[in-house]
Amino acid sequence: MNIIENFDLYAPRLVDKKEYLCSGHRACQGCGEVLGLRLMCKALGPDVVIANATGCMEIISSMYPSTAWEVPWIHVAFENAAAVGSGVEAGLKALRRKGKIADRDVKVVGVAGDGGTMDIGLQALSGAMERGHDMLFVCLDNEAYMNTGIQRSSGTPMGASTTTSPAGKVSSGQKTWKKNVPEIMVAHGVSYVATACPSYPLDFINKVKKAMKVKGPSYIHCFTVCPTGWRSPSEMTIKLGRLVVETGIFPLYEVEDGKYRMTVEVDQLRPIEDYMKPQGRYRHLTPDQIEIIQDRVYQEYNKLQDKINGLHAWSDLQYEWGLFD
Amino acid sequence: MAKRVGMEVAIAAAEAVGMCDIDVAAVYPITPQSHIAEHLSEIVADGRTDAEFVTVESEHSAISCVAGASGTGARVYTATSSQGLMLMHEILPIVSAMRLPVVMGIANRAVSGPLNILNDHSDIMPQRDNGWIAMFTENGQETVDLTIQSFKIAEHPDVMLPCCVNIDGFQLTHMVEPIEFPDQKLVNKFLPPRKPYATLHPDKPVSMGTFAMSDIFPEVMKAKDEALKNSKKIILGIWDEWEKMFGRRYRPVETYCADDADVILLTMGSMGETAEIGINELRKKGISAGLVKLRLWRPFPFEELKQAVKKAKILVVTDRAVSFGGPGGPVASEVRAALYGEKERPLIYNQIIGLGGRDMAVSDFVAMVEDAVKSGEKGIIKDYEFYGVRG
Ligand SMILES: Cc1ncc(C[n+]2csc(CCOP(=O)(O)OP(=O)(O)O)c2C)c(N)n1
Ligand code: SF4
Ligand SMILES: [Mg+2]
Repeated sequence: MNIIENFDLYAPRLVDKKEYLCSGHRACQGCGEVLGLRLMCKALGPDVVIANATGCMEIISSMYPSTAWEVPWIHVAFENAAAVGSGVEAGLKALRRKGKIADRDVKVVGVAGDGGTMDIGLQALSGAMERGHDMLFVCLDNEAYMNTGIQRSSGTPMGASTTTSPAGKVSSGQKTWKKNVPEIMVAHGVSYVATACPSYPLDFINKVKKAMKVKGPSYIHCFTVCPTGWRSPSEMTIKLGRLVVETGIFPLYEVEDGKYRMTVEVDQLRPIEDYMKPQGRYRHLTPDQIEIIQDRVYQEYNKLQDKINGLHAWSDLQYEWGLFD
Repeated sequence: MAKRVGMEVAIAAAEAVGMCDIDVAAVYPITPQSHIAEHLSEIVADGRTDAEFVTVESEHSAISCVAGASGTGARVYTATSSQGLMLMHEILPIVSAMRLPVVMGIANRAVSGPLNILNDHSDIMPQRDNGWIAMFTENGQETVDLTIQSFKIAEHPDVMLPCCVNIDGFQLTHMVEPIEFPDQKLVNKFLPPRKPYATLHPDKPVSMGTFAMSDIFPEVMKAKDEALKNSKKIILGIWDEWEKMFGRRYRPVETYCADDADVILLTMGSMGETAEIGINELRKKGISAGLVKLRLWRPFPFEELKQAVKKAKILVVTDRAVSFGGPGGPVASEVRAALYGEKERPLIYNQIIGLGGRDMAVSDFVAMVEDAVKSGEKGIIKDYEFYGVRG
C-alpha cells in the first residue's frame, strides 16, 4: 500500500514507491527505528532475505499470525542474526550452485538493534564479517535495549539515563562512552562501512544501494531515534535525527576500502545542547557535564576528520573476498 | 553385499554425512566431536560433497547458521559435544518450533565442571525437552546407518523436526570398527533431495520465526508435541524401508535374551555391547538375565518398552547422567513414568554409571544385576545408586 501523499509528484525516481515493510505494525508513534527499516527495505528492493534479531523491530513486525514483511524474513534469537544470515547466505549459495533454486542474486541482510549488534551479537557479527559472507548487516541503533524497557547498552551515550543506568542522587546516568562499532567493522577489512540516519533518507538509501553491490560483507550503522526510550516528543524524531548530525555527535560518513569520506558535510557544528534539550534522558545533566561531553564530541569529530584526510584506499586485490573460492 | 572396512567411528559418521548430499554444514570443533568436523571438511575440500562448510566462531553460531540455511531449503548438518551442546541449548527449541529438519551428530561427553572430556550423557540429557528426535547408537555400523536415516526422518513432510544422533564420545567415536557402507546409488534412492514445505526466497516470501502471544503459543507447543509423538510411526516406516534396502533392522527398543528373563538390565548407547557379554556370564551362572537397549530416546517408545520388560521381576536401569537433587538418573525417571500405570511392573533399581568416562567392565554389569537380585529377594528398595563411586 502506498501511504505517501503526492508521491508521484515528488519522489518516484528517488525512492521505491512499493512498501516491503507494511503499515499496520505495532511500532510506537514517531519510531525512528521502524522508519529506518522501512527505508532500508525500499533501497534493497525485493531480492533479499532479511535475518532479524530479537528486539523492537522483530516484535512489532511479526506478531503471529500476522506479518508486516513482504520480503522473506527469518528471526531465530537475539544474539545470532549474523550467524543466521551466514547460514541463509550459505544455503542460497549452495542451492544456486547446485541448480536447486533460480540462478539470480539474492542479498542477505542481517538486521539488529544496538544490543543485538554491539553487545550480545558482536561475536556472531565479527565471525560473519571475518568469514566474508555476501551479507549486508544493518545495526539500527536507538542507544538502548528498548524492547525490554530501555536498559543501557554499549551504544548508550555518556550521561544518558536509562533504566539500568539511571540518573540518581549520586549518579548521572550512563558512565561510559559509546562503543565505535563502525570502526571495529573497518578493522575487519569490511570493504563498505557507513553510518546513516533516516532523517537523511536519500543518503541512507544511497548507502544501502552501495552496500548491496558489494560482493562480500558490508555494514551500515543507522542511528535511529526512539521517542519512547529517550522521552522525546514523537514529532521531534526527524528533527533529532538531523540535530545529532548537525552537532557532530553522529557524523554521516562512509568507508570504502578503507577510504573515509563524509557524506553529509556540516559547515558549523551546533552546540550539543540543541540536540540534548528535547530529550528526557539528558535532563539531569549539569552544564559542566555537558561541557565534558561537548569536548569529547569535538575530539571524536577531529579524529574522524584526520581519518578522512589521512587514510588512503586499500589496494583492492588483497582485500577482495572469495579469491580462493 | 558391500565390503566391510575398518574405520574410526567419527570418521565413519562424517563419511555417512558425505553420502547424504548435504548443502550446508556448520561446525565448531570440540573434543571428541572434532574428528567428525575435520573429516567432513576434508570431504568437502576434496569435492566429494558439494556443500558449503561454514567454519563458524562458536557452537551457538553453528546451530544458528544451520537453522538459517535450513530455512532456505538446504539440507544441513552440524555436530558437537558437551559444552558446545550446552552453548547451543538456547537455539535447540527454536529449531524444533520452526520445524527445521536439522541433523546433528553428538559425540556425547560429560559437561563441566569439573572439566572432563570423556564420555557420559550429561550433555544430551538437559536437551531432552527441546523437541528434537533423539537416537543413541551402539556401534559404528549403527552410527552410519542412523546418520543417513536421520535426514530422511527429519525431512519427512509429516515430521519436519530436527534429529540428533548420539554417539558415545571416545568409547565409540574413537574406536576403529568394521563398517559396511551402503551403496551410494541405493542411498540416493533411499534419500531423495529435500522437498521443503516453505523456503526463504523472494519468489515466494514467507516470514519464519514470528513472535507469538498466549493466544497461540500453547497451540504451537501442542503441535510440536504431537509432531514428535507422531514421528515414531514415520521412523518405524523408514526403518522398515532401510531393512528392505540394506538388510539391517532397527527398532526403538532392542532386546537380548529378554523374553524369558526375570531380571532385565537396561542400557542406552555403546555400553550395550559390554552389557550383552555380562548377560551371557549371568546366564552361565544360572541367573535368568536379559538386556533391553533403548535406541530411541525421543519420541520415547512407551509401548515397546512396556512390552520388552513386562515379564521381568527386576529392572536395572543404567543412567549416564544425574538429575541432581531429583529422582536419580533421567532414563530411570522416564522408565518409571512409563511403567507406573502398569498392573504388573518390575522393581526398578537405578544405577548411575560411567560418569566422566569411568570405565565399566563386564564384571560391573554382572555385579549390578547380582546386587539387584539380592536386594529384590530381601525386599530392599533403592531409588538410585552411584555405582562403584567412593565417598
Ligand atoms: C539471550 C537473550 N537475552 C536477553 C533477551 C531479552 N531481550 C530481548 S530484546 C532485548 C533488547 C533489544 O535491544 P536492541 O538490540 O537494542 O533492540 P531494540 O529493542 O532497542 O530495537 C533484550 C535484552 C533475549 N531475548 N535473549
Ligand atoms: S520503543 Fe522505541 S524503538 Fe521500540 S518501537 Fe517504540 S519508538 Fe520504536
Ligand atoms: Mg536498541
